[in-house]
Amino acid sequence: MKVAYWPGCVSRGFTPELHGSMEKVAPKLDIELVELDRANCCGAGVIAEHNTELVDTLNARTFAMAQQVEGAVGMMNICSTCQGAQSECRERLDADEHYRDHVVNPHLEPEGLKYEQDGDWWNKNFLWLLVEDIGLDTLRERVVRPLEGMRIAPFYGCYIVRPQRRLGYARCPERDNYLEQVIEALGAQPVEYAGSHKCCGFPVITMNKETSLRQAGRHVADAIDADADCMVTPCPLCHLNLDLQQPEAARYVERDLGLPVLHFPQLVGLALGLEPKELGMGKHVVGTRDVQRKIAALAAA
Amino acid sequence: MADYTLKLRRFDPESGQAAYWQSFDVDLGPERSVLDGILKARATEDGSIAIRCSCQAAICGSCAVRINGKSALACNTKLGEASANGVDEDGAIVVEPMGNMPVLKDLIVDMDAVHWKKIQRVTPWLLPEGDPPEREYIVPAEAMIDVTQAMACIQCGACVSACLSMEVDPEFIGPAALAKAYRFVADPRDGAAEERLRDLAEDPHGIYDCTHCFACIEACPKDVAPMDQIMRLRRRATSDYEIKDQNAGYGHEQAFVRIVEKWGTLHEGQMPVRSFGQGSMVRGQTDPSAVGKLLDSAETGVNTMRKVGPRRFFLHHKLPDQKQVKRIFKEIESKDERIELNMYIVGHAEEPGVAEEIEPRDVTLGAPAEGGTDS
Repeated sequence: MKVAYWPGCVSRGFTPELHGSMEKVAPKLDIELVELDRANCCGAGVIAEHNTELVDTLNARTFAMAQQVEGAVGMMNICSTCQGAQSECRERLDADEHYRDHVVNPHLEPEGLKYEQDGDWWNKNFLWLLVEDIGLDTLRERVVRPLEGMRIAPFYGCYIVRPQRRLGYARCPERDNYLEQVIEALGAQPVEYAGSHKCCGFPVITMNKETSLRQAGRHVADAIDADADCMVTPCPLCHLNLDLQQPEAARYVERDLGLPVLHFPQLVGLALGLEPKELGMGKHVVGTRDVQRKIAALAAA
Repeated sequence: MADYTLKLRRFDPESGQAAYWQSFDVDLGPERSVLDGILKARATEDGSIAIRCSCQAAICGSCAVRINGKSALACNTKLGEASANGVDEDGAIVVEPMGNMPVLKDLIVDMDAVHWKKIQRVTPWLLPEGDPPEREYIVPAEAMIDVTQAMACIQCGACVSACLSMEVDPEFIGPAALAKAYRFVADPRDGAAEERLRDLAEDPHGIYDCTHCFACIEACPKDVAPMDQIMRLRRRATSDYEIKDQNAGYGHEQAFVRIVEKWGTLHEGQMPVRSFGQGSMVRGQTDPSAVGKLLDSAETGVNTMRKVGPRRFFLHHKLPDQKQVKRIFKEIESKDERIELNMYIVGHAEEPGVAEEIEPRDVTLGAPAEGGTDS
């Protein structure tokens, strides 16, 4: 399966292990990644806050580049925030022909690009693509190292669960349960806790650190109290607050934390037989040693 | 006739007992509302069940509760849908009072203590400038289109209940009150837009305390999209009035936008410095308050540097076609007016496949409430 691949900014910036692990996992699932290396930032909600015509145009540019990739079944991203920010722009682009063809697309003409409205064309997070286009049965067949006994707390990221109308839940109503489904398909046990669909707090880390890290800290703490071995998230921005900021978050919730947080492709990669090192698991701020030890024990068993 | 079990969160402050769960079975069709179910349980089983309600038609905004954990109007949620989306192991529809507000009794929360107090906080009345006109204020209809969405609010509090910022910061002004604030900021008759915006931007619990989680958009029964109104407030505060607030809201937006304009993708290493320096790298490293804020994040800074190394931290590559991105910025930002396609006015496209998913209505049960037991 060939996809136009948009890795996003953070997966090549402060969480390079995410982009790296996706590149390792893709061939294991017969996904051919055609990287959109000329595409721009999705705006992450901030450019939308500044100027919606600007953000719609920037993402129309990315979509137009993806639509030009020959033989691609669609566009794939690996970031909940890219998914949500891009879906928001696409909703506006698709809603109004005049806006699309007479306001936005003229900005793309000098580059020979044009965003075409097409109900069959899609932009999906790897999580959605894995469940809907590869399928859990195929995934189960490819698992060589079932993650038996591992307790994993899913953390979705707001942008991929709300608002449902914008994110195609009418057609795919179980999208807010896919992480649990994949965790089970990989042989592990999904952990139920209060924070799985809540906000990591990252968007306000600069403006109100207390509001931000109380959220991150509370969700990590809840997952620990529910006996999770680790968290998993399809959003690198959530990863920044949940992992990179976790030592500081511990102070805002006044307790010890120390829960490893995996990127979604890392978790899939482990079950597909890739080694923790190949998946960049040594790069996290919260050490993943305990998870690696469990993986090693599984391999030996 | 379908059987539904409603699992209600009960609490009576006069009993001295803690809150508890109580289940009621109701015989009603799937197209009837959760409120119908609760009123039937009250009429036939336990007259002490407390819930506020009036119009039963999603107009008055009295009956907001949490159904299966999601904030919604009880009168606007069908039993069939609520049961299908159930989270409870024994298949019951779980009904709790709204979140983020103290519970007075059963499903009734103290709206005065939270919701109405916050609405008062944003000066929810018109502050016109100059002498009043001889007759009424004349406003061109198109000038009011922008605020129609915020005006659609019925003050039910569902967004306040769902707000994830308020969950950790009870002082956050919150989605309903900020949507109300936008209603006046954008009203052409109001003369205090800048003062209002300055106030809401400088308040640490104001427009920059919204964590952009979409929970209010999802909860609102009237499509007010409070978060979108908060973003509109931010847009006006930064772009129209350049309010350089103490919370670095202006700086954060400027930092992000100018970085993408320059590089095409996000140079994360520069984000904190530029944000605290009102968009400027120089100011971010020389202004004492900016340096103080940077030092406060030193631990994460050091951890990041250790994680990604100095090259990735300090250096960033431009996109191959960065000229094109820059051109787009220039073309759009040099326009006299910002263009915004308002989805509230344009309307949402029908999702393919939606029609099949709506459960066929059982016509034999289409009659109104039986014998007055529901009121």
